[in-house]
Amino acid sequence: MSSVDRAAKADRIRHLLETEGDAVEANTLGFNRGRYESVADLEDYETLKEEARTIKENAIERLPELVDELTATVEENGGSVYLADDAADANRYIRDVANEAEADRVVKSKSMTSEELEVNDALEREGVDVVETDLGEWVLQVADDAPSHIVAPAIHKSREEIARLFTDQFEPDVPLETAEELTMFARERLGDLIEGADIGMTGANFITADSGSIVLVTSEGNARKTAVVPDTHVAVAGIEKIVPSVEDLAPFVELIGRSGTGQDITSYVSLLTPPVESPVVDVEEPDVAFADRDDRRDFHLVLIDNGRTAMREDDQLRETLYCIRCSACANSCANFQSVGGHAFGGETYTGGIATGWEAGVHGTDSAADFNDLCTGCTRCVNACPVGIDIPWINTVVRDRLNREGDDGRFEFVYDELVPDEEPGGLDLQKRLFGNYGTLARVGSATAPVSNWLAGLAPVRALMERVVGIDERRELPTFQRETLREWYDARGPRIDTADADREVVLYPDTYTNYVDTDRGKAAVRVLETLGVRVRVPAVGESGRAPFSQGMVATANRQASRVYAALAEDVDAGRDVVVIEPSDLAMFRREYEKLLPERSFERLRDNSYDICEYVYGVLENGGDPGGLRTAGDGPGIAYHAHCQQRTLGLDRYTTAVLDYLGYDVVESDVECCGMAGSFGYKREYYELSTDVGDRLADQFAEPDARDRLVVASGTSCEEQLGDLLDRDAVHPIEVIDPRFRWPDP
Amino acid sequence: MGVHAERFDATLADLDVPVTHTDPTGFNRTLETIARDPAIGTALPFESVSLPDWVDDEATPATLQSASTGITAASIGIADYGSVVLPATPSGAEQVSLFSDLHVAVVRADDIVPDMRTAIDRLGPRLRDGGSVIVATGPSATADMGALVRGAHGPRDVHVVVVETGDEADE
Repeated sequence: MSSVDRAAKADRIRHLLETEGDAVEANTLGFNRGRYESVADLEDYETLKEEARTIKENAIERLPELVDELTATVEENGGSVYLADDAADANRYIRDVANEAEADRVVKSKSMTSEELEVNDALEREGVDVVETDLGEWVLQVADDAPSHIVAPAIHKSREEIARLFTDQFEPDVPLETAEELTMFARERLGDLIEGADIGMTGANFITADSGSIVLVTSEGNARKTAVVPDTHVAVAGIEKIVPSVEDLAPFVELIGRSGTGQDITSYVSLLTPPVESPVVDVEEPDVAFADRDDRRDFHLVLIDNGRTAMREDDQLRETLYCIRCSACANSCANFQSVGGHAFGGETYTGGIATGWEAGVHGTDSAADFNDLCTGCTRCVNACPVGIDIPWINTVVRDRLNREGDDGRFEFVYDELVPDEEPGGLDLQKRLFGNYGTLARVGSATAPVSNWLAGLAPVRALMERVVGIDERRELPTFQRETLREWYDARGPRIDTADADREVVLYPDTYTNYVDTDRGKAAVRVLETLGVRVRVPAVGESGRAPFSQGMVATANRQASRVYAALAEDVDAGRDVVVIEPSDLAMFRREYEKLLPERSFERLRDNSYDICEYVYGVLENGGDPGGLRTAGDGPGIAYHAHCQQRTLGLDRYTTAVLDYLGYDVVESDVECCGMAGSFGYKREYYELSTDVGDRLADQFAEPDARDRLVVASGTSCEEQLGDLLDRDAVHPIEVIDPRFRWPDP
Repeated sequence: MGVHAERFDATLADLDVPVTHTDPTGFNRTLETIARDPAIGTALPFESVSLPDWVDDEATPATLQSASTGITAASIGIADYGSVVLPATPSGAEQVSLFSDLHVAVVRADDIVPDMRTAIDRLGPRLRDGGSVIVATGPSATADMGALVRGAHGPRDVHVVVVETGDEADE
């Protein structure tokens, strides 16, 4: 990306932060909080999620067969089924239905699949009036705007904006102000439009192959009206919406509302088996009793392929088809919470899973613009009711995008510095951050000159212009003596004979070259607990290239790490990791990079440093030598996002608690720094906007005088930048040598 | 009272949906205190109770527009969610339950099931037989205009009437 492009992107993000950010933030945070509360009421939440996933896995596996079964069922019921290859094909069919019905007006219930087709445009070109009946979607139609969220399309609009819009467009007799007034105005207007409509068009959240039922999950009731008032119903759905049987709906009905807007269930879950028995509401025959009518309803199910069959055959994109469009990935995403779907979305779909959908239905390029907004924080992974590894899909698509661009201009300058496996022409910024380990090694070897150089204004200006490192960010200071060098010179302090346990402390790039203090603290804490420590030469985990979508490079680094650690694992030594993002590689991401057995062995034998300390204490370890709270201040603790996904933050709080510390833990999804993300010129404003949610929490009265503690390096940097208070790693707090920093 | 009715009542209370228990003898009087004029309804498929005379049970597009109350039968009540299952019928139960300001759902105590899974298991055969139902929980609602508003396209208020009766299932 050129510096001009970066500046343009930064401007666009800043504009959205200013115009839509507040409304998006309030709504998504509300949905997300609702999700936490609502799923907490479910005793068997994890079981339901597994069940939902299994149903989807099987359904997609059996998809061709289910399409046939559904087709037969619907036709037997008296409806028609059309399997459309792509948008043009679907639109042609729908236009034919409209022509046949001599339709002047189609009323529509919100459907992302129909947005994917752009069916409104197709019908309007034929002179058919199309009216969206979902109130949010209708607001967008009136405003000529696009959805910014899969479930709540108009969340970026405030009540005041909607009131202005209605006043300008409709010049109502009485001024409209409150949400109630706006809703009633829309209800009345749309009610009339529905009653005079010739065709009702809906989507489908699920379709059951055994009964041919269309399941619509809504709260307003517009989908019900749309389906049963006109005499013709057209349902538009991607083929992936099919589940085998009615009974398979159970976990989804319990999960979809909770996952999306945090409601236990939406007001209406319609299970319509068209052609439905309900009579037509014919305003031209106002006095004919419904019971006396003998309606022949017309039903058309338009099943859309539009890339889905290819997605099914694509081992990396297939999981996208399990998506039930609940929006949990968007609501739980720290970046989405700030900018919404107008930045974090493509032609149709928004939020974390949008990358998969866009790449699948519109092509990889349509994900290019927003794909980097996924920082791989993984907070969406646990939120997804069908357990889709959304960050992995984003990484795969990023990798594919990396391989597309190839202008090779700076290759010759860079090749020495970038020992990676990536194709020439890869974006310089990605290449720089992807090779951070090499940079750190060189920087450390040449410190303090490298630090001095990196601090010079002209150098920073150049860095911003060429590779897009924002000048406003303070750069990490490289240490002349690495953690490994320190440890080699010092040697172990516990004899093998006296050691209760022996561990390998993984020297991650940041701890080894930059924050050696926390590495030293970890060594001292472990030794205080009678653990013999080794700090061997093990290379980078691959996190840095992985997060840039440089999968081949990450793959090579993962193999090397495993090779370097395999003997220790064989010898029964545990691998203890300080940096959560590296631990998350071992525990999660290596599943995609290593042979299954290797992954499992490393996963099962690697521990977060505080998790390990917790385990030693639980097993009778003597905490006597560790630093206890004493009369020091309380702690404001921010766990790392990937650590929280793995459920490991509780060990840190448990250890601190055990040693008498008073801890307040943050509840934000991610600090917004996310490794290299916050350094990037184009994302700096977004990163600090996200970080402000965390900083604000730590500025509250119950946290503002506390010691700031963070598990991740990027979290420490972000907090340091935003709060002007130094943050430390929890292992430093309990280090016998720890001194409270000056306030 | 059915074994799950207590939980059903509690969830409905959480949803701010009033629920009234009655028996066949008190049914008409109960409806009178709940319904607002004019009221329309569709015939109840229960042996023990039927709609009283003052409820118009031959709904038309015109009465649909003018009625304040719509009364329909629910085939199942779901205790965990406070949901009622509303079958669609050729006589317009779907519309009657949707268009009026107040929807009164009549459910038999014996048809209250504990959870969603039991309800869906019961619905399987009905749907495979071509039937359609709405699982309705509370009133119609939207938050699209900047705050939660009840009564978006459907009823603003829902009232559930639970009939205590020893009827055999006869739908």
